[in-house]
Amino acid sequence: MTSPPRAVVRSRGPWELAFARLRHDRTAIAAAATLTAVVVAAAVAPLIAAAVGHGPAQQYLDVGLSPTGIPLAPNSMFLLGTDSLGRDILVRIAYGTRVSLLVGVLASALAVLIGTIVGIVAGWYGGLVDRVLSRMMDVFLALPFLVFALALVAVVGPSLAISVTVIAVFCWASVGRIVRAETLSIREREYVQAARTIGASPARIMFVEILPNVAPTVIVYTTLLVPGAIVSEATLSFLGLSVVPPTPSWGNMLADAMAYYKVAWWFVFFPGAALLITTVAFNLLGDSVRDALDPRRDQVAPAIGEEAP
Amino acid sequence: MTTAPAAAPTTTGDALVQLQHVVKEFPVKTGSLFARKRERVHAVADVSLDVRRRETLALVGESGCGKSTLARCLMRLHDLTSGRVVFDGHDLSTLSQSELRPFRRRMQMVFQDPYGSLNPRRRVGSIIGDPFEIHGLAKGDDRVRRVQDLMELVGLNPEHYNRYPGDFSGGQRQRVGIARAIALRPDFIVCDEPVSALDVSIRAQILNLLDSLQDELGLTYLFISHDLSVVRHVSDRVAVMYLGTVVELGPVRDLYEHARHPYTRALLSAMPHPDPDRAEARQEIVLAGDPPSPMDPPAGCRFHPRCPRSQARCAADVPELASFAGDSAEHVAACHFPVADGEALAVAGASPPLPSALVIEHTEPGEPRRSASSIERTKSGREEAS
Amino acid sequence: MIRYLLGRLAWTMLVIWIVATSVFVIYFAVPHDVARLIAGRQASAETVQLVRARLGLDQPAHIQYAQFLGRLVRGDLGYSFNTQESVNTIIARDFPVTVSLALGSGILWLVLGVGAGVLAATKRRSATDRIITAVALGFYSMPTFLVGQLLLFFLFFRLYMAGFEFFPPGSYVAFGDNPLQWARFLALPWLSVALVTAATYSRLTRGAMLDVMDEDYIRTARAKGLTESRITYRHVLRSSLTPVVSQFGIDMGSLLGGAIVTEVVFGLPGLGREVVQAITTQDLPIIMGITILSTVLVVAANLVVDVAYGLLDPRVRLE
Repeated sequence: MTSPPRAVVRSRGPWELAFARLRHDRTAIAAAATLTAVVVAAAVAPLIAAAVGHGPAQQYLDVGLSPTGIPLAPNSMFLLGTDSLGRDILVRIAYGTRVSLLVGVLASALAVLIGTIVGIVAGWYGGLVDRVLSRMMDVFLALPFLVFALALVAVVGPSLAISVTVIAVFCWASVGRIVRAETLSIREREYVQAARTIGASPARIMFVEILPNVAPTVIVYTTLLVPGAIVSEATLSFLGLSVVPPTPSWGNMLADAMAYYKVAWWFVFFPGAALLITTVAFNLLGDSVRDALDPRRDQVAPAIGEEAP
Repeated sequence: MTTAPAAAPTTTGDALVQLQHVVKEFPVKTGSLFARKRERVHAVADVSLDVRRRETLALVGESGCGKSTLARCLMRLHDLTSGRVVFDGHDLSTLSQSELRPFRRRMQMVFQDPYGSLNPRRRVGSIIGDPFEIHGLAKGDDRVRRVQDLMELVGLNPEHYNRYPGDFSGGQRQRVGIARAIALRPDFIVCDEPVSALDVSIRAQILNLLDSLQDELGLTYLFISHDLSVVRHVSDRVAVMYLGTVVELGPVRDLYEHARHPYTRALLSAMPHPDPDRAEARQEIVLAGDPPSPMDPPAGCRFHPRCPRSQARCAADVPELASFAGDSAEHVAACHFPVADGEALAVAGASPPLPSALVIEHTEPGEPRRSASSIERTKSGREEAS
Repeated sequence: MIRYLLGRLAWTMLVIWIVATSVFVIYFAVPHDVARLIAGRQASAETVQLVRARLGLDQPAHIQYAQFLGRLVRGDLGYSFNTQESVNTIIARDFPVTVSLALGSGILWLVLGVGAGVLAATKRRSATDRIITAVALGFYSMPTFLVGQLLLFFLFFRLYMAGFEFFPPGSYVAFGDNPLQWARFLALPWLSVALVTAATYSRLTRGAMLDVMDEDYIRTARAKGLTESRITYRHVLRSSLTPVVSQFGIDMGSLLGGAIVTEVVFGLPGLGREVVQAITTQDLPIIMGITILSTVLVVAANLVVDVAYGLLDPRVRLE
């Protein structure tokens, strides 16, 4: 038959349905809007700096500090006040957004990538491969995060790359475990057996059959992983283990603020608020994504009158 | 009334698939935290079968008798514990999965669960097109066209190429599964309970589809089912399995009308009959005792604890498949005391039954069951195998 | 069972070995001079060499490793580079502080978290539920040090300015010496750890309870006429507590290894602060010792949780 393919009817698949559900969820929209604002702030940080005329590392020791050397409260020149070295908090928060988002997203992405691959491979092959990989995951799950991070940084020196690596290294195993469990159950499903009878290679089955079906779980977990990574980065910065001063990050700003909280509430409040808003938005979005992707809603129910599976 | 068994028939020529002494066992860990045991489930115990070209061989039995496991061994979804699977003269038993690939174009499977056998996150066009993609046989528009032709062939609307399985009914989903199976024009298809999960009204449609495809494409089927009424209409030969072994095998008419093995008789008598008058007149055979566990099968003939005719010999010797006097060589059963035509299932005048075997109770509908120890002849002295 | 325990014990040993070796390797991967650091900038080359020899740092790396492993097996964690004190002594001194912190906050977060979770679940979708969920979300999203700082500001500083010095930070009094003072100094740290963790636990409990409450057997219990509170506490809660209990075990294990951030914020002389200080002075034995202890505690906690699971739930078979 040489006639051209006939016109086809499209239906909405599970992904499109989930996305539609998400679109109608008001909390999700609010959270997404907030996060967009955060991302924009990060992107235009230099513009903000230019607009107010202060750089993130510029110390205004004369106009930025009170006569007694105490940070200034928010005023017309420094919209969110100054820090202990007379630097503009607004600009520093904007730049700090970059660090948090970068580390949070990158570390999570890395963790999810490694975890998913290891989890699927371990779940699919079983046997020795599974045992070895599972043991590896157990080791990584048993390691105490901060202590190890401390040890590592003590030797290698703090940096952004270290933060990303350390967080990713400590998170991938929990992703891996979840993905492995899902893979184990998906592996027994008949459509996977069918793929084997057709002659699909293991790589193809893992990628085409299993991966799309573990994806919802992975996506939900990622949206919850990112705020955790941001908090971890803030903690690392707080302890001086992340970016090097004078690069601002919310964590190291809060560390500096420790000594001044009695006299400069804005020094704690604004970076803290920025952190809180970002993480809360991510968590809310994550909850909404989980509801939208809820596998219980996607489960195929037989039409009325047919026998249930 | 036993007859001397004739030699079991050798395989007649033209067998497409041969199963030779296939054994499949699964190791299982049981027991609690404190008393761990390692046992084996003897799912398939020495089965030898041939499937001839262009025929439909049915494989029937209760759940747990090993028929699905046998099918999966045949398709090499499991590794065999021992034995051989020969396809068109090629021994598949020890080939690796990549070596098996070329054969996968010639042997395919249709699965039981229309809801589980299709990936819910893929479009049906993509699912049906899988075989083409995997074996590199068609791409792009050409593939779409071929898939749509297949969809028409199985009775689906080709315009639904981009729909998801969730949009289809059970019967339609099964058609998708069938389309996928015939995509590469295989020679042989294993149908693992293809209609068991469907509404009764849909079953006929799917069975007719399978039938017409067989004629059109020259297919050979191994048709697995637990439902004897379905099997009768679609098969040429029938094999009955019990607890991992084949207990009877023969052309469909011979089996249904002259069943030799007591288990087959019991199965046949349990088939629902559409005609209420004949159903009433029929005597139902009720097998007593629990189905034994495949982890610990009985010695000798595996059916002997539940068999009304069992005697000392049955617990000791494993019966071989053999045909009996007056039957065609094609019709074989594995029984020391096969049931003759017109014979009631209880053996009159035989030595007292073993304590573990309860005697058959023949009841008319509406009559109370009689006690286990009484032996009675039925009124009509015949059994209806309908 | 014995086989299982032995297997896990062997596994624990392996993990400890991996951790110790990793820290060791990290330490030696980058060249730096501890001896010089300790001897001081002004020290002459000879002094530095003396210090180096004294600390055993002039030996090749693999010799040091062997010595280290040898000592480890005997339970000897070595001696601080800086103060020459036995690491075991240091740990023994710091551990009670960390334990006090961990146990106190543990009890607090269990009560708060599970209580809030139960409340939210039983009053599903009511205003109470929404408020609890929102508050939990807030705390759950915050790093512990931020909570600590906020508490310091509001519950210490503000009160102080108003004339009430309730919860001073910055030191530690042993329980044996003065229980009241002990609690006073620990109050804010406890609260700071507990609030964040309680938020997680309330979400966990609420989720688990909602899942159980939708089950058929609960519906049956209601149909039988059991009172709502009896259903909640005897049936729903019991089934929901398993994830909570296992999570608790694991969290406790990690916390006992040092609540680093909280100890730094509040100036508590526990294991966490000790290790942070050791980092700045590159005092390897202390870093090593505390890291190992931390790992052991986490792995032990996991083991306890798994065994408890296996004993409590007959369906679970440990392998």
